[in-house]
Order: sequence, then structure tokens, then C-alpha cells
Amino acid sequence: MKEKKLLVNAIKNGTVIDHITAGSALKIIRILNLASHEKVVTVGLNLPSKSMGRKDLIKVAERELSPDEVSSVAILAPQASINIVKNYEIVKKFKIKLPEKIESVVVCPNPKCITNHEPMASVFFILPNGKHIKLRCKYCEKVFGHDDIREYRV
Amino acid sequence: MPNTLKGRDIISIAELSKPEILLVLKNAQELKKHPRPKLLEGLVMGSCFFEPSTRTRLSFETAMQKLGGRVIGFADPGVTSAKKGESLYDAIKIIGQYVDVIAMRHPLEGAARRAAEATDKPIINGGDGANQHPTQTLLDLFTIQECQKKLSNLHIAMVGDLKYGRTVHSLAQALTHFGARLYFVAPDSLQMPAYICDELKTKGVKFSMHKKMEEVIGKVDIFYMTRIQGERFADPMEYEKVKNSFVLKADMLKNAKPNLKILHPLPRVNEIETAIDKTKFAYYFQQAENGLYARQALLAMVLGKI
Ligand SMILES: Nc1ncnc2c1ncn2[C@@H]1O[C@H](COP(=O)(O)OP(=O)(O)OP(=O)(O)O)[C@@H](O)[C@H]1O
Ligand SMILES: [Mg+2]
Ligand SMILES: [Zn+2]
Repeated sequence: MKEKKLLVNAIKNGTVIDHITAGSALKIIRILNLASHEKVVTVGLNLPSKSMGRKDLIKVAERELSPDEVSSVAILAPQASINIVKNYEIVKKFKIKLPEKIESVVVCPNPKCITNHEPMASVFFILPNGKHIKLRCKYCEKVFGHDDIREYRV
Repeated sequence: MPNTLKGRDIISIAELSKPEILLVLKNAQELKKHPRPKLLEGLVMGSCFFEPSTRTRLSFETAMQKLGGRVIGFADPGVTSAKKGESLYDAIKIIGQYVDVIAMRHPLEGAARRAAEATDKPIINGGDGANQHPTQTLLDLFTIQECQKKLSNLHIAMVGDLKYGRTVHSLAQALTHFGARLYFVAPDSLQMPAYICDELKTKGVKFSMHKKMEEVIGKVDIFYMTRIQGERFADPMEYEKVKNSFVLKADMLKNAKPNLKILHPLPRVNEIETAIDKTKFAYYFQQAENGLYARQALLAMVLGKI
């Protein structure tokens, strides 16, 4: 890392979420509740990227994302990559794998869905759909694009 | 073919395979011809109607009783502890301990799927909001097969409120198994939703859209009418215009094929002139009666008795 110039600050230990679809970083921050993370979080928006044109990027100091958190990121940025940084070096790097279903995280946008009226977890099946994904509610069976999702519970 | 519905929940028509649908219809036909008043003796159905419904509820309850089973339940959520804030999950878990099978209707979408998680007893969905109503689809298919003596390669018109009508959505989806040619007749604002049309295209179903009933009446074997509801229109004048152009009148049937049958999930208000009731084309009252046999077949099958 020494001679490489980073567009966004270097962190000693933590996670870099890279290759985020431009425009999605702020939603990811919300979904992961990073605003209340006590350590440094740096965000890059609309960074130039060879493969994507523009991308967003988030660096979270002193935290490794749990598998559940990684699946939540997948909803908004299915092609993101996760880099784990230890002592300024990347020790692990992986592409997000889209889970088949995602539990609890997404609030069903259908106000008449049972999940919004019972003390229960939501369940969505994930349907690949190009750069983004679609989600089908297990209960009301409606299909939503990532833009329809307005609320998350984490 | 073995009965693969034993112990299963019937939540959504899409979960039934073509052979399973055909087996339900075959059993319904058997039960219509040869009543089995002792088939479900000693068994109890919970009739859980969290939303008022007359026809569906009475048809489920009669179906159970005509097979020798008993019925407990409620027809008005006001009498249950749902009013006191009890969750659907808890309510169904407890009722499931009393009964062998549950028929339910609920105003919220996905309620039947949720209920199925609360109990091991089979749940039969009698309507969950605007979502699914699989027994209606089964009785529609049974009726079509009965009045046309076949289910394959029919020309079927669906008419009225195709946008919000869950019966026509499920029926169109179920008909993908049977090579139907579909005609969708509706005002532009109430046409069949894109997601259903996409699904039909993927499955190779031929269909066309029409604005007037007269365009298709001479072409079809089944004319499936539904009611257009005033509350779907933001503009009351638009509704008045549409309402009157979607009333089926006896003189419109001059060019109908001799085997044409008119169906309607009922209740009808004025969209089918009563003069049609006594023509050979009217089949909606038989259709309503068939609900009894379709539900008998399902009850007996999920209970593993046929
Ligand atoms: N110590 C660090 N602190 C903060 N960010 C870092 C650190 N090391 C690397 N990064 C960032 O992590 C991401 C991946 O780093 P890497 O050096 O693997 O780049 P790359 O070769 O572009 O990888 P990729 O092929 O995934 O795009 C880059 O966005 C980089 O800026
Ligand atoms: Mg890179
Ligand atoms: Zn839902």
C-alpha cells in the first residue's frame, strides 16, 4: 500500500466495500447502520472505475461484515466486492454472492402484506435481474425492484 | 397417479402441477356423481374467516359436512381474539390443535402462507386479500372442463376488471397448462397486468387485447365475465362510460358459437342481463355449485382420504 495513492483514506484494519453501483453507497450505509458505527467510515461517491465507469466505495475501520450484512449489501449492489484489510494490507477479497433469499432485512413495500402486521420476519426470494436484482416476497408474492424498497430493519 | 396433496397446504394455484390439478378435477367429478357422505367422518374442519364472505365460507362448510365431517369456526373476526391483538400465528397454532384441516380467508396478503407456518395441519386458502384464491381457480377449471367436455385448446375470453381481479390472474396462469387461446376484454385502464402477460408469453400462450365484448363473442368457447367496481376509477364519469359498455345483453349472443358458456365468479350486479340466465349459454350458477365439489375433492385429498 505504501506507494499506491488511494483516492479515499487508508485504514489500518477493517473492510472496504468496493465496486458498489454508483448511487447505492448511501443506502448501504443506511442498511448497515454505519452512521452509528463509532469508528471511522469513509465514503467515495462516483469514483472513476475501469470496469464500471463510475462506482461508489465504502471503507469501514475496525469492523468485519457478518455474512448477513454482506447479503444485505447484495440487494443494493450485487456486483460489489468485499476486501478485508489487516495492518494496511488486503488479506481477503471476495465478490458478493447473491443469497437465494434474504430474511428480516427488507420491509415489504406492500402495506397489505401480512409481514407488516404480524410480529414476524420478512422473507424475500432474490431474482437476478441484470445489474440489479428483483425481490419476491414469500408471503404476499409480489415482486419488487430494488428501487421499490424504501425501508430496512437491521 | 398417487395423491401427492396429502398433508399439503393449498395456498397458491402455482404450487399445483398439471397432474395434481387434473387429479383434483377428476376427484371433484367423482364426488359430484357419487356422493360420499361418510368419507370424512370423525374429522373436523376449522372454518376461519377473518373477513366476511358468504359463498366461499358456506361452500367450504357444506363441502365438509356433505362428506360426513364436522365444522367449527367463526365468520367474523370480531368474535376472535384477533381483536385483542393476538397474532394470526398464535390463533392458527391453537386452532390447529383442535381440528384436522383449516379453511381460511383473511384480508391481508400472505396470511395463508403465514398461517401454514403455525400448524402442521393442512391450510386451504380461501382468499388472502388481493393475492390468491386457489379453490376458485380449481372450480373454474372444473366447470370449464364439465361444460366443454375438455380442457385443452379452448378459446377463452376474460372480461371486465382484469387489472385487479385475482380470479382472472390465477385462471390465466393455470390455463398455461392447457394450451388455451386467451382474449382479454377490458377498458385500457383495467387491462391484464404486464407481469401476467409476460408470464403467458414466456410459456407460449397466445392472447390478444380487446376493448369491446362484441369483438370476441363469436370466437370463444368460454366467456368469463367479472365485475368492474366503481372504486377503481378516479374519475366517476369515466366509470359511468365504462360500466355501461361492459354489460352483457342477450341480443349480443346472436353470433355466439353453440357451445359458448358464460361464467362469472359472482356476485353479479348488473353486468350480465338477467334475461341471459335462462339461455343455454348461462353457466354461472352451475359454476357456483361446482365450488362445492372442487372443495370436497381438495378437503378429501389433503386429508389423505381419496
Ligand atoms: N489499507 C487500505 N485502506 C483503505 N482502502 C484500501 C486499503 N488497501 C486497499 N484499499 C482499497 O481497497 C480496494 C481494493 O484494493 P486493491 O489494491 O485490491 O485494488 P484493485 O487491484 O483495484 O482491486 P480490484 O481488482 O478488486 O478492483 C481499492 O478500492 C483500494 O483503494
Ligand atoms: Mg479496482
Ligand atoms: Zn409482502
